[in-house]
Amino acid sequence: MKLSMMAAPHLRSEDSVRKIMLDVLIALAPAAIWAVVSFGLKALVLILVCTAGAEALDFFVMRFVRQKKNFKPDLSGSVTGLLLALNLSVAVEWWQALIGVFVAIVIAKAVFGGLGKNFFNPALVGRVFLLISFPVQMTTWLSPFDMQTTATPMAILKQGALRVFSLQEMFLGTIPGSLGEVSALLLLLGFGWLLLRKRVSPFIPIAYVGTVVIMAAIFNGVNPGFGSPLYHVFGGGLMLGALFMATDMVTSPMSIKGHVIFGVGCGAVTMIIRLFGGYPEGVSFAILVMNAFVPLIDMGTKPRIFGKPKKVKSNA
Amino acid sequence: MRLPTFRGGVHPPEKKELSQDSHLSVLPLPERVYVFLANHAGVPAKPLVNIGDRVKTGQLIAEAGGFISANLHSPLTGEVKEIAKYYHPTLSKPDDAIVIEKSGKDEWELLDPAKPYDQFEPEEIVQRIKDAGIVGLGGAMFPTNVKLSPPKEKKIDLLVLNGAECEPYLTIDYRYMLERSEGLVRGILAIMRALKVNNAVIGIEDNKQKAIERMEEAVRSTPIQVKRLKTKYPQGAEKQLIFALTKRKVPSGGLPLDVGVVVDNMGTAFAVYEAVELGHPLVERGVTLTGEGIKKPINVVSRIGVMANELIEYAGGAQESVERIVFGGPMMGITVPKIDVPTVKGTSGITLLVKSDPLEDFPCIRCGKCAAVCPMNLQPFLLNLYGTNRLYDKQVENGLLDCIECGSCSYACPANIDLVKNFKLNKKVYRSLKGGAKK
Repeated sequence: MKLSMMAAPHLRSEDSVRKIMLDVLIALAPAAIWAVVSFGLKALVLILVCTAGAEALDFFVMRFVRQKKNFKPDLSGSVTGLLLALNLSVAVEWWQALIGVFVAIVIAKAVFGGLGKNFFNPALVGRVFLLISFPVQMTTWLSPFDMQTTATPMAILKQGALRVFSLQEMFLGTIPGSLGEVSALLLLLGFGWLLLRKRVSPFIPIAYVGTVVIMAAIFNGVNPGFGSPLYHVFGGGLMLGALFMATDMVTSPMSIKGHVIFGVGCGAVTMIIRLFGGYPEGVSFAILVMNAFVPLIDMGTKPRIFGKPKKVKSNA
Repeated sequence: MRLPTFRGGVHPPEKKELSQDSHLSVLPLPERVYVFLANHAGVPAKPLVNIGDRVKTGQLIAEAGGFISANLHSPLTGEVKEIAKYYHPTLSKPDDAIVIEKSGKDEWELLDPAKPYDQFEPEEIVQRIKDAGIVGLGGAMFPTNVKLSPPKEKKIDLLVLNGAECEPYLTIDYRYMLERSEGLVRGILAIMRALKVNNAVIGIEDNKQKAIERMEEAVRSTPIQVKRLKTKYPQGAEKQLIFALTKRKVPSGGLPLDVGVVVDNMGTAFAVYEAVELGHPLVERGVTLTGEGIKKPINVVSRIGVMANELIEYAGGAQESVERIVFGGPMMGITVPKIDVPTVKGTSGITLLVKSDPLEDFPCIRCGKCAAVCPMNLQPFLLNLYGTNRLYDKQVENGLLDCIECGSCSYACPANIDLVKNFKLNKKVYRSLKGGAKK
């Protein structure tokens, strides 16, 4: 009998970071499949290139650059890659997408110290980099199935109506847009999976979408040209952003109170950009801006320790 | 109806089924026992016997060495063989023990007088508990008489009995509640009398239905209440138990008596009954022998200081695949490096765990699980970050000393980070850095 001395607790849950990442991939699968169905083979190529490329690059960096001898792929690269792909227009070329992957994995993640250490959502950093570098492909939108160049619902709002999409089209996903953002239904389905598996708290999306709805309602009341609340919820990247990008564990606050503040901030910045900014869409920028505030939000929303009096005098 | 409980916590596999149906048995008297002078929290006891002395069972062999200390009594009738260092299961190092070898008949030296608790004055009960060397049998081994002598300015109005037994695997309190309920109730009434309180409540997790029913029956026609609690770890932690039963919050850095409560373990209540009404000093206790690594899991009453290997033999022996021998349960228990380690007064169980697949380590991804499960509402990920950077003051500012070391954070962490282990070390480092300075 060979005995080991080990620290308590001697029981551990079977949960793992890899299992969490796998659940996120599963949650994104319906939207990804819909992207291939509606935008064709090119969408499949982009999704595969981004997902596999990101995981491979993450492995390469960890194993050979940072010399982690025992590093095994943890699927976090795949999550970043898939999210990036779902944020691209089908008009983007595969090699352009790969540049985005490089920016996401190396510049936005590895440079900060790798998984868990980055301040900004890597997929969004990659996307914004591509948006600035390849503005034409990144803002060329094709309508699903017939692949005609067109404008997204959000762009229509900005440029004046060419064609207004119905709520049903936007909810189901038969509209132009980024690969993964078009179907609110499938995104909600995926998010339901994450909730079921207790992987996310619903407070960020609730606060985010809630803020958008309230702000849109107010401005729409003043001037109907600003678009209806539901148009803002389902017409652009909000669902993808609120459900899957803003909820990234690494780059969002820790407490429920923090989640609400973060969500409200994301919603407000999104609407300010959409209503008054030069871009038709503001989700990516809004989340990145709020990512920067996470340490501050965390500091201000520490939970009260059991047994501590209500008003804690800070002597910091 | 929602059962009373606390915020946070985890629900590990209960594993009670291994030993819960094994009736209390009595271990045949061992040939030798090893009685540590540090058989309680605080100052070690001072030996009163010499090598070669003949002692009777229950005879005082070492007396309390200070205010927070406890008497020791011989668990066997026989001869003092040596006073030497043996491996101590909770101090995790060799420490002084009085070794007694059995010879002749088991003759008891009882505490006098033994009579119904209500014929004692409250102070006499406290004195008897002190004489009998009773300490908290839940594991902390804090001298019970000290707990029952609160400072005058603290008004105690409630006695809480911990029947939660929230540690997975362990079933000894459960068996005592089923098989020793009368004695338990007498012990509880004696403690109530000692404390001069009119209310007592027994908290039992709802996975112990039979114990709840049995105790409800036993407390009929007494002021003692039985309350059903949600099955969740660490339901039996003092502060969480008090909160679940009374909604009172023990202040940070405070004790249960700050909210008018004294908490005792079920085993302690039984020891009090034995001391008061039977005149037995604390020389034996119930121990659960369990885990996948033991052939026949059992609940056994044995003399204090018996070697673990004798208990394990009695439980059918160990499986080949045993990897860890844990004194206590799997959440807070302590591993020992060898099989021949003696039990102490606080040994409620010995859990033999078999080899399990090692879990993979990941970096922290700020998932927040640790904070969600922390029963003290701490942020373990943050404490750990400060700890890694040796910012001990920052750790303390953020509640390091409030950590009750229950291990829920480590249990839940998907990155397999040794959070609670780090916090225990950090506390030691912080305290040693502080040195003699007042806190």
